[in-house]
Amino acid sequence: MKSGKILKQVLLLAGGVIMLMPFLWMISTSLEQGGLQNYVEAWTRVPFGTYFLNTLLVTSLTLIGVLITSSLAAYSFGTMEYPGRDKLFLLFLSTMMVPQPVYLAPSYVLLAKLGWVDTYLALIVPWTTNVFSIFLLRQHFMTLPKSLYEAARLDGCSRFGYLWRVALPLSKSVIATIMLFNVIGSWNSFMWPLVVTHSEKLRVLQVGLSYFNQEQSSNYQLLMAASTFSILPLLILFLFAQKHLVASYSRSGLKD
Amino acid sequence: MRTGRKVTPYLYILPALIIVICFRTIPILASFTASFADYDIGGFHGFVGFANYERMFTDARFWNSVSNTVFFVLGVVPAGIAIPLGLAMLLRGELRGKAIYRTIYFLPVVTSAVAVSVVWTWLFKPEAGPINGVITALGGDPLMWLREPRGIFEMMLSPLGIHPTGIFAGPSLALVSLMIVSVWKSIGYNTVLFLAGLENIPNTYYEAAKLDGAGKWGTFRHVTWPLLSPTTFYVLIMSTIASFQTFALVYVMTPPPGGGPLGTTNVIVFYLFQKAFDRFDIGYASAISVFLFVVLLALTIIQRRVGERRVHYS
Repeated sequence: MKSGKILKQVLLLAGGVIMLMPFLWMISTSLEQGGLQNYVEAWTRVPFGTYFLNTLLVTSLTLIGVLITSSLAAYSFGTMEYPGRDKLFLLFLSTMMVPQPVYLAPSYVLLAKLGWVDTYLALIVPWTTNVFSIFLLRQHFMTLPKSLYEAARLDGCSRFGYLWRVALPLSKSVIATIMLFNVIGSWNSFMWPLVVTHSEKLRVLQVGLSYFNQEQSSNYQLLMAASTFSILPLLILFLFAQKHLVASYSRSGLKD
Repeated sequence: MRTGRKVTPYLYILPALIIVICFRTIPILASFTASFADYDIGGFHGFVGFANYERMFTDARFWNSVSNTVFFVLGVVPAGIAIPLGLAMLLRGELRGKAIYRTIYFLPVVTSAVAVSVVWTWLFKPEAGPINGVITALGGDPLMWLREPRGIFEMMLSPLGIHPTGIFAGPSLALVSLMIVSVWKSIGYNTVLFLAGLENIPNTYYEAAKLDGAGKWGTFRHVTWPLLSPTTFYVLIMSTIASFQTFALVYVMTPPPGGGPLGTTNVIVFYLFQKAFDRFDIGYASAISVFLFVVLLALTIIQRRVGERRVHYS
């Protein structure tokens, strides 16, 4: 029994070292030769500050959009009864079955027709709603007892007031899950911004890092420094929210 | 006021509905339509029937991307099940340092594919990279990794005088390198799913197995494995679907225009991307999109059907 426990620990430790190794190599290489100066050098060689601000802007605005549109839609789908509701919900769900690469080219053509290519609109507007978030929130709203709604209405609460003052405050955990999934999703999204923007001033972090990688392919120290600071914000978020995040992933069984 | 009441539910879904219709439904339908059209940089030139599909089925580079993708899926999915299942078995129950292990294993999941690719490109560097550094320190020969177009079976068998060609040469070492990164990145996620699956197995089954005198392997074979099958099946389908769509790793680690040495890492989504955005051949790219969609839809349907019939639910 005892030796079994030790073997377990040895195996897990060895696995953990293998999993961590790329990160350790990344950090140690980023500090070679120039030390912390490498970080300053990487940050200033291309406008990483702009990339960060763009990513921050896109991530926060899409998140606000997702929270507003999802709460409203989930409230309607989950608590109201009206003709066509289930068909509309099915229309929403059906789009989840189609992966992004399948409609990437027509999306680009559409954005070109709208004159949105290479604008913030293209980076933000199409992602201001998220069907999976609507789905999660709808499932939760459906569990709220009807008596709660009736009581609130008797107290003079409006329909919207119930959503804002009663339903949403009771959904903090689901909303945290939605926020985490969407922040990670937009922060890491690559294919879409790569396709819909061209100019450097609109570049987001992931696209900027990939260009930096092509331009500086032999400058390992700078590349590893840039990788480190582009990972850092989500890493910090992960360390703070990991319990909730891991639980959300295992409950919902869905990857970005 | 009454009619006002009736439209209220629709008003609540309106913002989401507009986005979904404009940026999901319309592009999805357009993808199907465009696959039957001649649509290039000059715009729409009329419908051409199945011409794009005929071109696709006779395009050697398309089939190359399909076989690369299939190799990729066949490599990544089994490893992405076996390793996480083993880890979940080790992590199950009371364990010292459990939270720390979970953090470490989960770290690559939240790290962006681009950053991961940049780091691994450096690790795999043939000249100065750390992996070759370790190999040479142990007395081995350095490998070309991401720049190696030769198939791995060919590399393994050629010292014996056997020289398999075509598909029998296997995936290139470059593609295998991408598989390693992909597995490494998904281990944490799949482990978490397996851990949740293991927790759902009622303890009474284990107690019964113990009473029957089952050993460790017997318990795994007759209790854990069958009762875990819904999770295993779910992980299998989800990782297959995800692996079919690999893009960022290929794009960053074996950068364009190539798609790897001699096109050996050019997977379907990368090929689609090249056709759509390097050549602006929207019609042809849409035909490839539809092919991809049909494959993924078939997998989803299999999941539903088999999932409900064959898999054991406790």
